[in-house]
Amino acid sequence: MKNIFNFFAGTLVLVSKGSKAYYCWVLFLLTLMAIGASAYMQQLNEGLAVTAMRDQVSWGFYISNFTFMVGVAAAAVLLVIPAYVYEWGPIKEFAVLGELLAVSAIIMCMLFVTADLGHPERFWHLIPKLGRLNFPQSLLAWDVVVLNTYLVLNVTISVYILYSLYYKREPKHNFYTPLVLLSIPSAISIHTVTAFLYNGLGARPFWNSSILVPRFLASAFCSGPAFMLLIFLLVRKYTKFRIKDEAIQKVAEIMAYAMFINLLLLGAELFKEYYTDTVHLDSFLYLFQGLHGHSALVPYIWTAMVFNMSAFFLFLIPATRRNTKTLILGCILVFVGVYIEKGMGLVIPGFIPDTLHEIYEYSPSNIEIMLAMGIWATGLFVYTMLLRVAIPILNGDFHVADNGVGSFIGDAVFISRQVTDEVPEERPTSSSH
Amino acid sequence: MSDNKKNSYDQHRSRRKFLKGVAAGVGLIALPGKDASASLWEEFFQKHFKELSKDELKAVIGRLEAKYSSQFDKKVTVKTTLPIEGVRYGYALDLSRCIGCRRCVYACVKENNQSRDPQIHWIRVMQLDKEKGVDLSRAEHYYNPEQVPEKGHFYMPVQCQQCEKPPCTKVCPVQATWKEKDGIVVVDYNWCIGCRYCMAACPYGARHFNWGTPGLPKAEMNPVTHYLGNRPRPRGVVEKCTFCVQRTREQPGRYPACEEICPVGARKFGNLLDPESEIRYLIEHKRVFILKEELNTQPKFFYFYAT
Repeated sequence: MKNIFNFFAGTLVLVSKGSKAYYCWVLFLLTLMAIGASAYMQQLNEGLAVTAMRDQVSWGFYISNFTFMVGVAAAAVLLVIPAYVYEWGPIKEFAVLGELLAVSAIIMCMLFVTADLGHPERFWHLIPKLGRLNFPQSLLAWDVVVLNTYLVLNVTISVYILYSLYYKREPKHNFYTPLVLLSIPSAISIHTVTAFLYNGLGARPFWNSSILVPRFLASAFCSGPAFMLLIFLLVRKYTKFRIKDEAIQKVAEIMAYAMFINLLLLGAELFKEYYTDTVHLDSFLYLFQGLHGHSALVPYIWTAMVFNMSAFFLFLIPATRRNTKTLILGCILVFVGVYIEKGMGLVIPGFIPDTLHEIYEYSPSNIEIMLAMGIWATGLFVYTMLLRVAIPILNGDFHVADNGVGSFIGDAVFISRQVTDEVPEERPTSSSH
Repeated sequence: MSDNKKNSYDQHRSRRKFLKGVAAGVGLIALPGKDASASLWEEFFQKHFKELSKDELKAVIGRLEAKYSSQFDKKVTVKTTLPIEGVRYGYALDLSRCIGCRRCVYACVKENNQSRDPQIHWIRVMQLDKEKGVDLSRAEHYYNPEQVPEKGHFYMPVQCQQCEKPPCTKVCPVQATWKEKDGIVVVDYNWCIGCRYCMAACPYGARHFNWGTPGLPKAEMNPVTHYLGNRPRPRGVVEKCTFCVQRTREQPGRYPACEEICPVGARKFGNLLDPESEIRYLIEHKRVFILKEELNTQPKFFYFYAT
């Protein structure tokens, strides 16, 4: 018990230390969080009328962001499988960073859903026994269950591993391996259930297509790793943590396959809708071409298409995949592309035209944008704090002091430009091929 | 100069609002503050309608009646009349008669205490082309001519279809909406968390959300209400047509407000389980259809052509 207290007390001291750049970054996030909080206060005071959502388009920017973040959270599994199932060293070294990203992403998911509720104070109605969780009937109830399970699993695994390393103990296989194995289907399930949530509605032909779940999974395995790679490249550049090139290459390679499947499934869906040309085509028309003069999403979806296609080739061609600059470009393209396609591009056309074929064009209000920014900042803040602790622990710069009570802090800077990384080592032959 | 004053007041207010927001911090949940009255806490901890014991229900109704009575300056009653045994309500609408006057829309608003500002309507009347038939993609929702009916058009009112297999109740994560024994789909406004999943699931656009605080003028408020029906709604919950549960469950029963007001007798209401009822006669003898039959929601709202 005392050990646990000392550990957490030590982490609090640790996160308060850092370079100027670290302080600036944290301050920047806190400012955005404050802006988001003030937007939320206004929404609580005046109701969801401050959003641009209305009866016709009853879910908007919040739920779009939620959907996208579920994908990011699920993608941690792409590190977990090679690390723990195949015991592949280069990825195992930093798999815990992926788990922490999942934790941050799930927290964002929960915040986005909370922001969307008309009565957030009634959240306890969702707690079994206390409230009346409609399980197993409602897919939203399923989502509550699987998201919380996934969160608890990832928190337990990552905190346990970091805690053991802090006390210079080897993490016990028997304890964390079952949890890790459980987290794999659980990652798949959060994304499957979220897709089912849309998929199961006969009222919305745009979502009511059996290809939706595989499309969700494929796009998640693009956007999540893209986000992780960007962060890992930043981590490698600005902290003392080393990540091997072959690990990054491996993730980029998986993304190329995932993007291929994603584009294939999208193509299959487009063919079916356009060729059969039923009344169900309307939502696709609205998204890709505009419908009866309404075309707010058209420029966005084509941007997403171009970005996703370009990124696919950047990841497919080994030369551009190995080049750090084109790799970064590819990651940004995928991230933005999938953010559009699996965010607003998925949610909004489900409501346009609405069930009585009325068209109400939606674009988020300022309050919605400010609040969403605040939630993004919160997620990044949580992740920054987690990395601030995890990276020094993995580096051996933060562990229990020799007296067994206090803690040793070897890294008081955290964020600073690393000179050693200027010349990336060439790896012409990789064991992974 | 009063304009200036107002501006500086607004500025002050918005700054205060901002500071309040900053102080409130992150992930904050709107729990009632310590200065909130005891009834607010009672409301917060109120159980699901179906789980209330007799005494608890009495207390809840007492609290609500007192609240609404003081809010609207008149004696407001909140009924909890149960479904009548052997009754399953059905509705039939004669498309050959409807003239699209929208009297039903406003009679419903008046009877059921919908918000006037922002406007909430439980009935939507669409204008359709006679040549094209029931093709919703050609529907005109906001028709506004000098006089109805317009040549070459017919009119189709849509409201909650009181489905036998309602997709909306299935998706609710907290069971805040359900189908009663008499077939009416109701919402417990004190249990709804406002996630709006039911609105995504409803194929008929029959569910409406209180995006802002409902604007219901005291003078226009109908004080005869039902807990599951037309009692005043709070902000942030979903509401819908209940076939006027506060009227139709009375014995002797009354017709729903939309049925009563219809100037051409296009609307018919009755007990589907009674073989002698007018609604059974219509279903058995007229050309009848239900909306979006392919979704297997099994509406108890029937459209027919009498002529």
